[in-house]
Amino acid sequence: MIPPLIVQRARELGLEVIAVTDHNAMLNAPAVQEAAGASLTVLPGMEVMSREEVHLVCLFDHVSQAAELQERVWEALPPGENNEEYFGAQYVVDSTGAYLRTETRLLSAATTLSVDDVAMIVHGLGGIVVAAHVDRPWASLIANLGFVPRGLALAGLDLSRRASLEEVERRLPQTVGWGKVVSGDAHRLEEMTARTMLKVQEPTVAELALALKAMSGRRVQID
Amino acid sequence: MTVDEAVDLLGLRVLAGRDLERKVTGGYASDMLSCVMAKAKEGNIWVTLQAHQNVVAVGSLLNLAAIVVTEGVEPDHDTLARADEQGVVVLSSAQDSFAVAGRLYEAGIRGSQPDVALSTG
Repeated sequence: MIPPLIVQRARELGLEVIAVTDHNAMLNAPAVQEAAGASLTVLPGMEVMSREEVHLVCLFDHVSQAAELQERVWEALPPGENNEEYFGAQYVVDSTGAYLRTETRLLSAATTLSVDDVAMIVHGLGGIVVAAHVDRPWASLIANLGFVPRGLALAGLDLSRRASLEEVERRLPQTVGWGKVVSGDAHRLEEMTARTMLKVQEPTVAELALALKAMSGRRVQID
Repeated sequence: MTVDEAVDLLGLRVLAGRDLERKVTGGYASDMLSCVMAKAKEGNIWVTLQAHQNVVAVGSLLNLAAIVVTEGVEPDHDTLARADEQGVVVLSSAQDSFAVAGRLYEAGIRGSQPDVALSTG
């Protein structure tokens, strides 16, 4: 999954907005943005794992915001080095996909930040949080914490790429009433999907948040 | 066994709640709150490492006898205040979930699943 191929696949799928959210890191987001140029909006972000082992997709408009979150998250990561045999290599690449370096920090670990901490930090930086793949039995806000915590600054819920909205709402009634997107959570090119349609004024996180709340004429439609 | 007796037996600290004379009807251990919501029963003692505010909400929802948060992890002040408000007993153990569940089992507390016959072979 290198930047030019991600951009090419996004165009084939007719996508106009994608987000690059590595586990506990934002190191490759700038390269994908650069590869996309003006053809595609690439929101920089991170998929942060909270202390409750909940995966949270954190999205921003600017790389500098994502970089600040990364700094906060890394301060809260346990020490330890990545084991490539178990977790795969953590490459950082440039916009052509050329190898720059390998991140050795253990990025697949849970941070010591709670879901509420993560949401507060992301909000403070001007970003939004979407709870990742809540239809899954693990690493999900709903599986791990049962339901959306009271007072959590959450923009919406994300469903995994093959999820059926009706099935999820029937099985997990606590997700009803929350705005939802379906994302590819793509770890491979063939996992990228175009099931989510946004009706927004511009491709920004503020507009996405409005769409998830179905406010001011913005909306999300899941195919 | 009552909550009080469990507190004494395991040397637990009482972080919230007052109804310690309540009888413990059984036990459950998991850190997945969705599983707890589906499987723990009223009057159970629940052993977990999670200290999130939702733990208290689940305890209240299921009317559990007590929640034991293990490995010395402490829920934050707001969470404990809410537990007090809702009458949810929150206990703390320095030991891990394995040891706490084992001690409770030894003391006669059982889960809701039938016991597996012990093999002597």
